Amino acid sequence: MKIAIASGKGGTGKTTVAVNLYYFLSKNLNGNVQLIDCDVEEPNDLLFFPGSVKTDGLEIYNFVPEIDTEKCTFCRKCTDWCEFNAITLVKNLGFAEVSHDLCHSCGACSTACEFDAITEHPQSLGTISEYEVGFGKRVTEGRLRIGSSMQTALIKEVKKATAGNADITIFDAPPGTSCPVVETVSDADYVILVTEPTPFGLYDLKLTVDLIEELNISFGVVVNKAGLGDRKVYDFLESKQIELIGDIPFSKEYASQYSKGELIRNIQDEQAKAYLPVVNKVLNIIQKQ
Amino acid sequence: MKEITILSGKGGAGKTSVTAALAALSKNTVFCDNDVDAADLHLILQPEIKEKHPFSSGSKSTIDQEICTNCGLCESSCRFHAIHPNSEGYPEVNHFQCEGCRLCERICPAEAISTHENFNNHWFVSTTRFGQMVHAKMGPGEENSGKLVSRIREKTREIAGEIQADYILNDGPPGIGCSAISSITGTDAVLLVIEPSISGLHDAKRLVELVKGFGIDMYAVINKYDINLTASSAVETFLEKQDIEVLGRIPFDTRMVESMVNEKSVIEFDRASSVSRELENTWTRLKTCL
Repeated sequence: MKIAIASGKGGTGKTTVAVNLYYFLSKNLNGNVQLIDCDVEEPNDLLFFPGSVKTDGLEIYNFVPEIDTEKCTFCRKCTDWCEFNAITLVKNLGFAEVSHDLCHSCGACSTACEFDAITEHPQSLGTISEYEVGFGKRVTEGRLRIGSSMQTALIKEVKKATAGNADITIFDAPPGTSCPVVETVSDADYVILVTEPTPFGLYDLKLTVDLIEELNISFGVVVNKAGLGDRKVYDFLESKQIELIGDIPFSKEYASQYSKGELIRNIQDEQAKAYLPVVNKVLNIIQKQ
Repeated sequence: MKEITILSGKGGAGKTSVTAALAALSKNTVFCDNDVDAADLHLILQPEIKEKHPFSSGSKSTIDQEICTNCGLCESSCRFHAIHPNSEGYPEVNHFQCEGCRLCERICPAEAISTHENFNNHWFVSTTRFGQMVHAKMGPGEENSGKLVSRIREKTREIAGEIQADYILNDGPPGIGCSAISSITGTDAVLLVIEPSISGLHDAKRLVELVKGFGIDMYAVINKYDINLTASSAVETFLEKQDIEVLGRIPFDTRMVESMVNEKSVIEFDRASSVSRELENTWTRLKTCL
């Protein structure tokens, strides 16, 4: 069973919800829960588990082509096949190079080359690390190498590496509605969309709802920082008959606790109460499965 | 003409609210929303669209089941694992996973695969009460490779050249991946908006390392400065070590949210507020720095 936490707008509270859900579900399900941080550009989940212990880590590579100018005949078949304009060939200068920024590692050029001039070499995309955090199975983090633009490929690897590690998997998605988000949520059984009751929150929620409906995944919405902004997000949910599964009130004290990374250390009654409907909703879905 | 990109690493730090405030303060400036994935600047700037252009959202391959011999070559060759057997056992391309490399099309012995370009992305040239604006809207789930960001920045520079603008303000995307990289390339300065929290600082550190790689000047504002003074001083220490000047310390104020609800920048909403005054100082200092 897979649950993804997503939000079009950044900073609405995806990580807060994911970390809290991991905590409460661990208590409810004898710890058979794992949390996967798929926001590989800016992974934050681990910041909220002080004292966590790293138990495993690996570097992830993709393969980027290199052209051997000794063997290359400058026939240009590779450039014809490359859909991403990543290959520059200058016959007169004997120059043949692949731009690593543009290359998608699709393998078309090395398949195209009839002269065995193209070989592929590993380039780091980032790392995948596993942590014991004191409850639940484990927390796994994908971390993009700074400068790499291959975030979607890394998310794919993170999901592959963690598949089947626990009965319940929670995916914390990156912000937005484009391909890294699709990669994270595409095979989820249920998506929790986190929003805030502001015009930015509502506009980006609408974009995300369009996406999740197109992917045909069932979902519910958590309104975080409730009390700020206006009521329009609730009107939208009502008019679209979208289930509001949680309403987490804004409190400056809570925001300050978050800012220190102390989400889990001293759970307040108020916080536990606010998360109860969300946790029950998920437990309900699990039971039905 | 100077181009400034507003970035934060972490989402929700206040990039768009800060950009909107600077937009209200600036003169002779062109605006560009680089966050094409979840664009919000238009909610405050209320652009009147003058031009609308389709933009390629990439190519997707499709397999003709009538011609396919089910040899399995496409499925085993696809590096993106985008080809899966359908309910009848024939290979089918998942368009959300397909990157449009056309390798399957080229190697299919039965020539059963074709590839089509989609135009689900659009970009716009608009007018606003503060000046011209270039922005975009992506189709849901489309690839944000940074090409669309590069396109709208190119158009913005073109307009800025024509009208001899003094500044370009780019409202950047969150993160440090391809669209962030596209919004940094070739800009004159990056204005970091940092929220004083452990995640805000963590994300800003990764962003600073990325921007340093481009050798671009950075300045910072600390937003919601007083929400956690310990974290704020950690942010200040980090910035000092990195030799990044703090141009503004914006206090937490619900007027920032109220102005958004009223579709206004905080400058228009309450010019006398301490938030507005701090943003005014930020803009004045930033202009001097450039």
